[in-house]
Amino acid sequence: MAKTGILIETENDAVKETSLGVLTAAAGQEIIALVMDANPASVKDKLAQYGASGIVSLKPASGDILASPDLAARCLEAAVNEYGLDALLGTASAVGRDLFARLGALMDQPMVSDCVAVDIDAKTVKKSHFSGKTFATLRVNADLLLATVRPNAIEAVPAPAGGEILEFTADVQDPGLAVIKEIKKGDSDKLDLTEAPVIVTGGRAIKAAENYSMLEACAGKMGGAVGASRAAVDAGFAPHAMQVGQTGKTVSPKLYIACGVSGAVQHFAGMKTSKVIVAINEDKDAPIFAKCDYGIVGDIFEVVPALTEKL
Amino acid sequence: MKIFVCVKHVPDTAANIKLAGNNGFEDSEIKFVVNPYDEFGVEEAVSLVEKNGGEVVIVTVGKAAAAATIRGAMAMGAHRAILVKTQGQFLDASLTAKALKAAIEEDGAPDLIFTGKGAVDTETFQTQYRLAAALGLPVANEVSRLRIDGGKAVAEQEVGGGDRQVIEMGLPCVIGATKGLNEPRYPKFPDIMKAKKKEIKEMDISDLGIDEAAGAVVIEHLEPVPERAGAKMIEGSVQEQVTELVRILKEEEKVI
Repeated sequence: MAKTGILIETENDAVKETSLGVLTAAAGQEIIALVMDANPASVKDKLAQYGASGIVSLKPASGDILASPDLAARCLEAAVNEYGLDALLGTASAVGRDLFARLGALMDQPMVSDCVAVDIDAKTVKKSHFSGKTFATLRVNADLLLATVRPNAIEAVPAPAGGEILEFTADVQDPGLAVIKEIKKGDSDKLDLTEAPVIVTGGRAIKAAENYSMLEACAGKMGGAVGASRAAVDAGFAPHAMQVGQTGKTVSPKLYIACGVSGAVQHFAGMKTSKVIVAINEDKDAPIFAKCDYGIVGDIFEVVPALTEKL
Repeated sequence: MKIFVCVKHVPDTAANIKLAGNNGFEDSEIKFVVNPYDEFGVEEAVSLVEKNGGEVVIVTVGKAAAAATIRGAMAMGAHRAILVKTQGQFLDASLTAKALKAAIEEDGAPDLIFTGKGAVDTETFQTQYRLAAALGLPVANEVSRLRIDGGKAVAEQEVGGGDRQVIEMGLPCVIGATKGLNEPRYPKFPDIMKAKKKEIKEMDISDLGIDEAAGAVVIEHLEPVPERAGAKMIEGSVQEQVTELVRILKEEEKVI
């Protein structure tokens, strides 16, 4: 049994759904959940339900872990050493991608990012290569397996464990290289695209920024988020933060509904690993129909509201 | 200012990748380009030097054929380049960072280093962090806004859900660029001609004392991601179509 740490992401003292899938990636191992930004008592039950035998709140002896990504990386390193971890996994979210890359560099240990499958015992992972055209199986030749897991790639399965809260303070200093000055809040009730279980994306056919509200109503019914194609972003209908694809975000929801998206190679690169892809487009010859699961030929301004109504 | 931009020579994202053997691919027939995210780094560096003076140096670790890609980056306004030659396309991120560090240090002290946020071929998203750690410099990745101000870099990054994080670092630092930072220029014909005359200093990675085969992460196997076949088309009136779609998503696929 490998001692495996999982970096848990939380929001308002609740475990993010995406972290539960990462816990499942380590099923069968001795799991220590590392919590950065929540009261461990408030997340104890959930983490125990999904396999954590130990729960640690990451605290440095001094300094603010949330204001210094380098300090956060040092705290993680201290936890790896304190608990003699064989593996440490996290979510390939904005926070996870940054922290794990910092940690790999800090410890001079290999790190593999955005994996869709992880085998902790064999120290192998599977991940996208060539912008989603290829899967690579990588072997990590190191004592420690550091990896981030693509959100939603692994279905969370409960696996009850002890969930004991362990006391730990990382005896580390902030190197003072970079300081997070502020977080400019966007639309606070917006779900992060990369973590959303359902995504409804609007392409150029959406015609105007205000028409995204139609997609928001539809996504809202399914607890999902709204994305945009590059064509829609370039036309000024949506901000870059909403872009899915090659120069935007790579997403992997359970359900991806593309509305008026033509289906460029670069768009597929960002959503190909979705479980189910549905396309709605009035052009029956749109390339997207050749590479998705279900298609509806029709006007998005008729089909989407009808779908929202039906949900 | 002396600004280095790390540029990777990668297959065009529209290229059809033909796999060869267990873990290789046919690279003779496909078009290679400047890694798309690196273009934002080149543009930012060239703009800064146009404003403040100095020079932009492209640094590439890659196969000899990368020279053509480097010309493309120099056509955007970079002054010269260094190419650390490798035998293969895939190099472990920590070895790439070691090679970049050695090439940069040999050339002189940087005021700023740009990379792209990641490479579209291997998608490892970490070389900039390893380079920064090796040089003892601060690093911020996925930067979509940047202000250089009195010896400090103030960078903005998207952190999900539309939130933006403002991070401040001293100079020199390493910046991983992404879309939103700027609009990379398209080189004009005279720029492309001028770039043909610019210097590319070449060396082998072994000259830097790095063993290309010593990477800790090994690609065991590459396989095509299965393409979906054509869509199952849902027919009927709009009402019939959405009713059937909802039934499929709930009962057959169980995704909602």
